[in-house]
Amino acid sequence: MAEGMSIAPAALPAAPGARRRRNTYWGEVGGKLIRQPGAMLGAAMLAVIVLAAIFAPWIAPFDPNKGSILMRLKPFFFRGHLLGADELGRDMLSRLIWGGRISLAMGVVPVLIAMLIGGALGLTAGFGGKLANTLIMRVMDVFYAFPSVLLAVAIAGAMGGGLIDGMIALTLVFIPPMCRVAESATAQVRNLDFIEAARATGAGGFSIVRHHVIGNVLGPVTVYASSLISVSVLLSAGLSFLGLGVQPPTADWGLMLSTLVPSIYVVPWVCALPGAAIFLTSIAFGLLSSGLRAAMDMRGA
Amino acid sequence: MSAPLLEIADLDVAFHGDGTPVQALSGVSLRLDPGQVLCIIGESGSGKSVTLRAMMRLLPERRARIGGQISFAGRDVLAMTDRQLRAMRGREMAMIFQEPMTALDPVYTIGAQIAETVRRHLGGTQAAARARALDMLERVGVPSAARRLDAYPHELSGGLRQRAMIALALSCGPQLLLADEPTTALDATVQIQVLLLLRRLQAELGMGIVFVTHDLGVAAEIADRVAVMYAGRIVEEGSVAEVLGRPAHPYTAGLLASSVEHVAPGAEIAAIPGAPPDLRALPPGCSFAPRCRHAVAACDATVPPPVRPGPGRMARCFTPLGFAPSGHAVEEHVA
Repeated sequence: MAEGMSIAPAALPAAPGARRRRNTYWGEVGGKLIRQPGAMLGAAMLAVIVLAAIFAPWIAPFDPNKGSILMRLKPFFFRGHLLGADELGRDMLSRLIWGGRISLAMGVVPVLIAMLIGGALGLTAGFGGKLANTLIMRVMDVFYAFPSVLLAVAIAGAMGGGLIDGMIALTLVFIPPMCRVAESATAQVRNLDFIEAARATGAGGFSIVRHHVIGNVLGPVTVYASSLISVSVLLSAGLSFLGLGVQPPTADWGLMLSTLVPSIYVVPWVCALPGAAIFLTSIAFGLLSSGLRAAMDMRGA
Repeated sequence: MSAPLLEIADLDVAFHGDGTPVQALSGVSLRLDPGQVLCIIGESGSGKSVTLRAMMRLLPERRARIGGQISFAGRDVLAMTDRQLRAMRGREMAMIFQEPMTALDPVYTIGAQIAETVRRHLGGTQAAARARALDMLERVGVPSAARRLDAYPHELSGGLRQRAMIALALSCGPQLLLADEPTTALDATVQIQVLLLLRRLQAELGMGIVFVTHDLGVAAEIADRVAVMYAGRIVEEGSVAEVLGRPAHPYTAGLLASSVEHVAPGAEIAAIPGAPPDLRALPPGCSFAPRCRHAVAACDATVPPPVRPGPGRMARCFTPLGFAPSGHAVEEHVA
């Protein structure tokens, strides 16, 4: 880069953006993301939640699973319990911090796995010819026939419930929409000129898919996946609420909400906390996701 | 006579889809000597681009039925295996496209795309391929090439993008460059720059070029020889000066007359009456006969055989303009 500017300084005076590293596609996307206040707010909120979850053992003021009968359903700031205590007298702040671990894992892991499986299926359907397309997409349509919440509940219920079963259920729910997004993106890319241009430079089918198709499908799929994370957080809370996710006494926001509901008239603010945590996490992922979508729109630059 | 770089004989291409087959090309024969520039002129749908894609076997294998012969540097292109085709494409025969914006992958830098092709065909390290990409960008006249190497297609202007695509196409030193209307999407001033660039590179590298265009001015600028296509047939062929200066086929004459150059503003432009035929139902005779002022009865009955109205010229017409009628025409084998 440096020698290029020294050769022709007159033709190209050092542009303001020239110093920025823009060697990679993702580097450039990151640069644009930083300039979006909404996305940065989401990122900041997520940073707090993620750091709290990671360092839970060190920052949680109390043991999340140890309660005291004297502390049941206490309001905010009661004897060192900043956010009060739950129906078994356990510290709410500690449980919220620990519960973030489960909620984040349930938000991210199913989406990532579904992105891999659904993405691969979508690519195959989009690039593999008519038969593969019909076969894969019609099977996906069958899954589409059920509302996603119902499907997740049915699968988790059939498998028995628990952390792993919940994850598997959510993954299965997310595969069809992910596959559909990947398939339609692939179908669009497949007919673009640069695919033919790549063939004209001697690229084989495998190399075209690996370089040019995946490179261009990854954008829309990533944006879509990031929007699914907030849905996944909500759905997993729903599963726990129904007793199909993690089991007590594990701290989990959905489960906490479920066990605190009967006490809503006693300490309404305390009972609202897990819901607020779910809401804020979901919003944070949503903000980041829409920022990502805007940042990845290269041609709109 | 030296061996031709490219020789096409009786090329037929028909697309079989859901409905009636579309006869895109009928009996196309062409010949290109090494280091020569051939322009294929014709309007939209005349088969120019199909001819170009057939040369590289880029037509969809399942739907396109290809008949006839294509030989490139003495090898039968239609008999090549996938592996042979991949080795040929980009290495010996390269292609540039009309829309440099869409023909370059938006998510990779220019340098990465050139380097990818270089490594595929010539091997070597990433650093060596990048150096070659830089060298190519400099050769095609991209200013501050070292910086453009890391630019994405959308960061370049249309002219620079087309230069980058030319650099990509020429990065492995092909003997034959196929150009599919590479200047159509560009501004008039940039158009001339790109044409001059292609001419200079053609002379430097000694490669042959098949250049498809609908712009007679572009053809006059770059071509050694010109082939005029109409409804999937080559209706006239010859040196650029002869064909554009003294057209033998009424269609060529009509094209030249309908040019807007040297026409006073407001004056009527001499358009050719009628429209090209439906390629799903070609007439038995000359495809141009329904629109032709010089048509005779024979034109509707059979497709006119190639006649040679002059040395190195060919026209498919019973009544070539300015030449003796076809009764006296010399058949192909005599020429």
